[in-house]
This record gives sequence, structure tokens and C-alpha cells, in this order.
Amino acid sequence: MLEFDLPLIWAAIIAFAILAYVSLDGFDLGVGILFPLVAEETGHRDVMMNSVAPIWDGNETWLVLGGGGLLAVFPLAYAVVLPALYIPIIAMLLGLIFRGVAFEFRWRASEKNRIWWDRSFAFGSIVATLAQGICLGALIQGIEVVDRSYAGGRLDWLTPFSLLTGVSLVVGYTLLGATWLVMKTEGELQNTARKFAMVSGIGTLALIGIVSIATPFLDAQYHHRWFEGANLVFSIIVPFLLAICASVLFLGLKRHHDIRPFFAAHGIFLLCYIGIGISFYPRMVPPDLTIWAAAAPEKSLHFLIVGTIFLVPIILAYTIYSYWVFRGKVDKEGGYH
Amino acid sequence: MFGIDAIDLARMQFAFTVSFHIIFPAFSIGLASYLAVLEGMWLWKKEERYLEVFNYWKTIFAVGFGMGVVSGIVMAYQFGTNWSVFSDKAGPVIGPLMGYEVMSAFFLEAGFLGIMLFGQKRVGSGLHFFATLMVAAGTLFSAFWILSVNSWMQTPTGHIINAAGQFVPDDWFNVIFNPSFPYRLVHMVLAAYLTTAFVVGAVGAFHLLKDKASKNARLMFSMAMWMAAIVTPIQIIAGDQHGLNTLEHQPAKIAAIEGHYKNVKGAPLLLFGIPDNEEAKTLYTIEVPRLGSLILTHSWDGELQGLESFPREDWPNTFLIFWAFRIMVGIGMIMLFIGMWSLLRRHQGRFYEDRWLARAAVAAGPIGFVAVLCGWVTTEAGRQPWTVYGLLRTADSASPLNAVEVGGTLIAFIVVYFVLFGAGVYYMLRLMAKTPETVSETASTSLKRASGMTGAPSTLDRSES
Ligand code: HDD
Ligand code: HEM
Ligand code: HEM
Repeated sequence: MLEFDLPLIWAAIIAFAILAYVSLDGFDLGVGILFPLVAEETGHRDVMMNSVAPIWDGNETWLVLGGGGLLAVFPLAYAVVLPALYIPIIAMLLGLIFRGVAFEFRWRASEKNRIWWDRSFAFGSIVATLAQGICLGALIQGIEVVDRSYAGGRLDWLTPFSLLTGVSLVVGYTLLGATWLVMKTEGELQNTARKFAMVSGIGTLALIGIVSIATPFLDAQYHHRWFEGANLVFSIIVPFLLAICASVLFLGLKRHHDIRPFFAAHGIFLLCYIGIGISFYPRMVPPDLTIWAAAAPEKSLHFLIVGTIFLVPIILAYTIYSYWVFRGKVDKEGGYH
Repeated sequence: MFGIDAIDLARMQFAFTVSFHIIFPAFSIGLASYLAVLEGMWLWKKEERYLEVFNYWKTIFAVGFGMGVVSGIVMAYQFGTNWSVFSDKAGPVIGPLMGYEVMSAFFLEAGFLGIMLFGQKRVGSGLHFFATLMVAAGTLFSAFWILSVNSWMQTPTGHIINAAGQFVPDDWFNVIFNPSFPYRLVHMVLAAYLTTAFVVGAVGAFHLLKDKASKNARLMFSMAMWMAAIVTPIQIIAGDQHGLNTLEHQPAKIAAIEGHYKNVKGAPLLLFGIPDNEEAKTLYTIEVPRLGSLILTHSWDGELQGLESFPREDWPNTFLIFWAFRIMVGIGMIMLFIGMWSLLRRHQGRFYEDRWLARAAVAAGPIGFVAVLCGWVTTEAGRQPWTVYGLLRTADSASPLNAVEVGGTLIAFIVVYFVLFGAGVYYMLRLMAKTPETVSETASTSLKRASGMTGAPSTLDRSES
């Protein structure tokens, strides 16, 4: 009989959930980050919010799957990473609250108070994104584990590198959000979005460069992984594909394609994600905890995989359906408010 | 921080965040089902009032649901931030259950919520009804899985313990359907329905008091009072059965609920008292002789175990449990009273005329939430000092915590929750203060248009803000 390497399969599923989260919530967080840059009087903010209102909840659910899945199948990873990243995780959660409530409250507030929910939306989006980027940086730096529990200091997560990844993610999500708006809106707002996409596109690429240069200095391991044997092939292919995505993005923006820039921006994210994956593998939590050491006992992995194989395709199907229902350009009247 | 140690701060943080969370699901579980009933009735009977009431509550539902989601996401991470040892050890058992919750419930709710709220003009009425049903089903699946998790922590079965000290699932069926789960599921879902019914009833009564002819207010009030009259007795029976089950599996919790320290035959029922763990007795009691034994053992002189039969270090916080329980049961009695009162008035044909009944219903609007919170305090504080009952102590479950960190984030949670959710509750109340009739105009015009031609712009979804 075929022997499945369940921990590895699970690592791939969790990686998929996190990728889905980053790509999906990434653009709606990006819309939030762009909020303050669009003047209130134009009325464009209504459109921006309507463009994501029907889907943000579903997008965020991937974050719950990432966290819940980690608890289920890699409980040890969950148990060391969360205490290590205590402050940024809670900051992220609070940020998500600030923005999540704004989706409804903004339409319930009086004219005078609406501005507060606009601020709450933007503030929450920025805090949540920054915190996620910091978590990523701190994870890349590595987490100290002794005796199945976190053994580092309380502020280990706070370093110039993690701040750099934090800022990079803010710029990156801005790009996703801007290209989303290019796809979903028309006229003046679309033109503005194009400009934002240009600027944040350049910023994203520059920051990817800086982070890539800084990473090998953190840990010789990363250096090895990238320039060793077969991986060298990736080290050449990934930048090459990145260049292709970048040109599709910028040409698309220049030639006023509506849809291409959005997918090109996601391509850039996907490639970075693969790059990080290569650096991590076979570890779940750098520097020491491997996928197999962190995995839950066989029975748990088994129990959940049965349903996962069955349910995730269904979830994807109705997620795509609900995007399909809300396809096309949005306008001011798009909401139900 | 302020002389409280990190682990107590962590407990306070967990209790605070989860108590805020449960308020919203208790309302959304009930309201989602109510909306499904309303839409179904509308499709069936084609009476406009159903659609109008549906649209009225849909907006309120959206506000509450949003708060439920964001406060829930916090919960999914609280296990790891504050209870990492618990997560490592119990994760293999509870993690997959919560994984199923995400995949079967949260995605279902989230995927169809958008269509339910914004999609009426984009999909047909059949598909729209389907979306509403899926949202309602999602909330119930949610309750199913998370209560299974909680019940396993109360009455763990179906697992073995491995060399790393982790709980490992042995028999999934026994893990999921552990002994207290069926009781807890029934009691909680009924609690959500009752809580919602009393909110709907209060809003209906409030508008009825202002305008006796309002047909939509009448509909709400009447539907809610039927729920109160029928479901409250069932809930009381369910609660009684739940208590008997607890007596079997967690006798110390029952001793605390009853306020008994000594083993007694023919035990009285304490109506009032101040349980005092220091002195190991309940002071200033007011009691009904023998009733305690009668309820719990169904015999006049059945013996009840007191807390003294359990090691001192295993005692929970008796005072808290004793009182939380009495508040919950007291509220159950109030609900029963209102339900019976409404039946009497219906029978006399003065149901919409009795202004005192309407006033009582308004006053009773929020009591369901209080009962739910008190029920949970009874349950959870009664499980102490264990996180996994009898197997893993709370003191051994915590993360390597730092009091400043936990205290600081606790304060942040308190401030943010009160400000943001306070605003949310205010907006919900303001929506409830709007007369249900104002929605009717947009709803009826849109109805005609929507049925006229497909794709025509409809105002159905824009129940004005
Ligand atoms: C509208 C809400 C509501 C009402 C009116 C009642 N309950 Fe309740 N009760 C709950 C809502 C609730 C709850 C929030 O759903 C709890 C907390 C955890 C659980 O399983 O249900 C609960 C727990 C709970 C427990 C603790 C079980 C345990 O932890 O092992 C007992 C013994 C009872 N209930 C019994 C009753 C009785 C005898 C009632 C009669 C009036 C009653 N409840 C009314
Ligand atoms: C939603 C309704 C709930 C409420 C209002 C609630 C309330 C509480 C309270 C008051 C405490 C503190 C008890 C004490 O320290 O004396 C607590 C602790 C705890 N509860 Fe719950 N609870 C709820 C649901 C759940 C569920 C569904 C789970 C599990 C999935 C759970 C798991 C825990 C854990 C892990 C702790 C912390 C450890 C402890 O102090 O026991 N709770 N909860
Ligand atoms: C500590 C225990 C709990 C955890 C970890 C938890 C987790 C969550 C999470 C992550 C969400 C957001 C889902 C989304 O993204 O859409 C959520 C929402 C929800 N939860 Fe909880 N939850 C807990 C307790 C409970 C309890 C006790 C119930 C009910 C019996 C409940 C019922 C719901 C429902 C119905 C929702 C949907 C949102 C809403 O109805 O407002 N949860 N929960």
C-alpha cells in the first residue's frame, strides 16, 4: 500500500490556506490601507468599501483555517509561535476588529461620525498588515524552543528586519488592493487606483529586493538552501518569473488592462511565497522545529484529512460562485445599505 | 501587574474575550434561524409582512454577525497566545474538531452571507433563500463543533495519553459525542433561540406600545411570544437533564451549584446563601427542605455529595457558581412566567391589548444574554481548577507568560471591546428603534420590480440606513 507522508501533506495544506489568506484578505486589507489616500468628498470610499463588503468575511476565514489548522495538525508549532509573537498577534487581532466592524458601522453612523469609521477601517487595516509582516519577519529570524515551549525573550520579534518585512507587506498589500480597484471600478477612481498601483508596484519590487538581500545574512542556512544543488535552479527561475510578472503588471497598467495587473500582482506574491517556502523547508518553525517534529499524532492527521479532502473543494467551489455573483464593476449603489 | 499573577490575568483575559464573543453568536444563531423562517414563510404565503420583517432584522443581523466574527477570530488565537501548553497537549484532540468547525461552519456562513445580505437582486429568490438557509445551518454547525470541544474538556472520553503527555484521539466518535455534549448542545441552542426570541419580542412590544395597529410589530411580538411559551418549558427540562448529567460526571460542580459542603441525605434546596470556601459552609441560607434531593436524585432522601468529599485543592469558586446558577435559573422562571402570561392573554383574546404584557416583554429584552453568560460562568468556573476535567490543571496549561504583557493586552482588549462593540450595540439599538413599517415602502416597491423582470435594479436590499 502507498504510504502517505501525512505531515508533509498537511504542511502543504496549511501553506495553501495561508497563501489563500494572503492573496484574498491581502487585497481587501490593501483597499483599507488606500482609504485615507482617497478624499472623502469624492464619494469613492463608498465604492471602495462596497467592492469588498460581500467577500471580506470569507477572505478572513482563511486566517481562521490557518490558525485552527495549525492547532489541529501542528499543535507544537502553534504552541511555540503564538507566545513568541504575542504582541504582534494580538495587535493584528485588534487591528482586524477595528476594520471588521467598520464595514457595517460606517453605514449606520451619522454623516458627522462616519469619518471615525473611515479612520477605524484604515487604521485597523494598516495595523493588521504591519503586524502580519512583523510576524513573518520574526518567523524567518527563527524562534527559540526548549522543551516544547518558547524560550526566547518577550521582544525578540522586534528587530530592524521584522520592521522591514512589516513595511514591505504594507506596501505589497497596497499593490494588491490597488490592482483590485483597477479591476472593479471605473472612471476617476480607476485612474487613481492605477497610479497607486504603479507606485506601490515599484515599491513592492524594491522591497522584495532588499528583503532578499537581507535574509541570507540572518542565518547561513538560508544561504545554503538557495545556492545549493538543485535549488540553484529555483534561485534562477524565481527571479526570472518575477521579472515576467512585473512586466505584465506595469504594461497592463500602462495599457489600461483591467484584469491583468491584479493577477500579475498576485503572481508576484505567489513567487515570494514559494521563495519563503523553499527557505523554510523542511522546517516548520526555523531554526530547529521540523514539519515532522511539530506534527500531531497520526490519528489526528488522519481524522481531519478525510474531511479536508472532501470539504475544501466544496469551499473553493462556493467561494468562486460568490465571487461570480458579485462579478463586474461596482458602483455607489452596490451595497444594500 | 497590580499584584495579580500572570496566570490569573490570562484567565481574566480569556473569560473577558470569550464572554464578549458569546453574546453575538447567541444572537446570530437564533436570528439566522428566525430569518430563514421569515423568508420561508414569505415564499410560501407571499404575505408582504414576512418580507418586511425579514428586511428589518437582516440589517440588524449583519451588524451583530460582523461583531461575532471579529471577536471569534480573537478566540481562535487565544488558545495559543495564553494557553500554549494546553494547545500542545490537547491540540491533537480539540484541534481537528475546530478544524471541522472552520470548514463546515465558518466558510458556509461567510460564503453565503454576502449573497444573503447583498445578493437579492443578483440571484433569484430561490437561491437567495438557499443562501439564508446555509447561513442558518452554518451557525448551527458552529455551535455543534465548538460545543463538542468544550464538552470534551468537561467530560473527556475517547482519548489516550501519549509519552509526550499529549492527549491522542483513540475513538473519534467518543471524543465528539462525549457524555455531556448532547445536553450542552441542546441547552445552548435553545438558549440562543430564547435569547433571540426575547429580543425580537421586546422590539415588537416596543413598537406595539407606540402603534397598536402596526402589523409588523404584531407579527414579531406574536412569533416571539409563541417561542417563549413553547421553548422555555423545554429549556427548563433540558437544563434539569443537563444538571443530572453533570451530577454523574462532575459531582463537585453540582455540590458548588447547590452550595453543599457536607454529604447530606434528604438535602434541602438552598434558595439563598453565601457559600464560603474558607469556612467550608454556606452562610445565611434560606432553604426548602428535601427539594434538593428530590430534584437531583428524584427521591425524598437521596444522598448528595458535598464539597468535603473532594480534595480541598479541587474545589471551584463556589460563591461564583452558586450565584451564577441562581441568576440563570431565575431568568428561566421569568421567561416561563412571560410565556404563560402570553398564552393566557391569547386565550382571552387580549393578546395585543395587554399593555403590561408588552411592557414586561420590553423589559425582558436583554435577559437572555444575562442567562447565557451566567450559564457559561457556571459551566466554566465549575470546571476549575482543571482545563481538561480531572486530567490537566489550569495552572499547568498556561503559556510562558509575562504579567505585563498579558495585563497590557487585557487592558487593550477591554478598552477596544467596550468602545467598538459598545458603538455596535448602540447602532443595533438604533436600528431596533426604527418602526418596522418604514421599511415597508421600499420593500413592497422592490417586490413588484424584482418580480417584474430579472436584473432590474431593485431597492429590496437597500432597507435604508
Ligand atoms: C437563555 C438561556 C438559559 C436559560 C433560561 C437556562 N439556561 Fe442553563 N445554561 C445556559 C443557558 C440557559 C447556557 C448558556 O447555554 C449553558 C452554559 C453552558 C451550557 O451548556 O449551557 C447553561 C448551563 C447550565 C448548567 C451547567 C451544566 C454544566 O456545566 O455541566 C446547568 C445545570 C443548567 N444550565 C441548568 C439550567 C436549569 C435547571 C434552567 C432552568 C430554568 C436553566 N439552565 C435555564
Ligand atoms: C462562549 C461561551 C463561554 C463563556 C462565556 C466562557 C467563560 C469562561 C470563563 C468565565 C472562564 C474562566 C473560568 C475561571 O477561570 O474561573 C473560562 C475559561 C476557559 N474556557 Fe470558557 N467559556 C465559554 C466557552 C468556551 C469554549 C467553547 C471553550 C473551548 C473550546 C472554552 C475553553 C476555556 C478555556 C481553555 C478556559 C481557560 C482556562 C480556564 O481558566 O479554565 N470556553 N471560560
Ligand atoms: C473559545 C471558544 C470559541 C472559539 C475559539 C470561537 C471561534 C470563533 C471564530 C474564529 C469565529 C469567526 C468565524 C468566521 O471567520 O466567520 C467565530 C464565530 C462564531 N462563533 Fe465562536 N468561538 C468560540 C465559542 C463559541 C461558542 C460557545 C459558540 C456557540 C455556541 C460560538 C458560535 C459562533 C458562531 C455562531 C459564529 C458566527 C459569528 C456569529 O454568529 O456572530 N462560538 N467563533
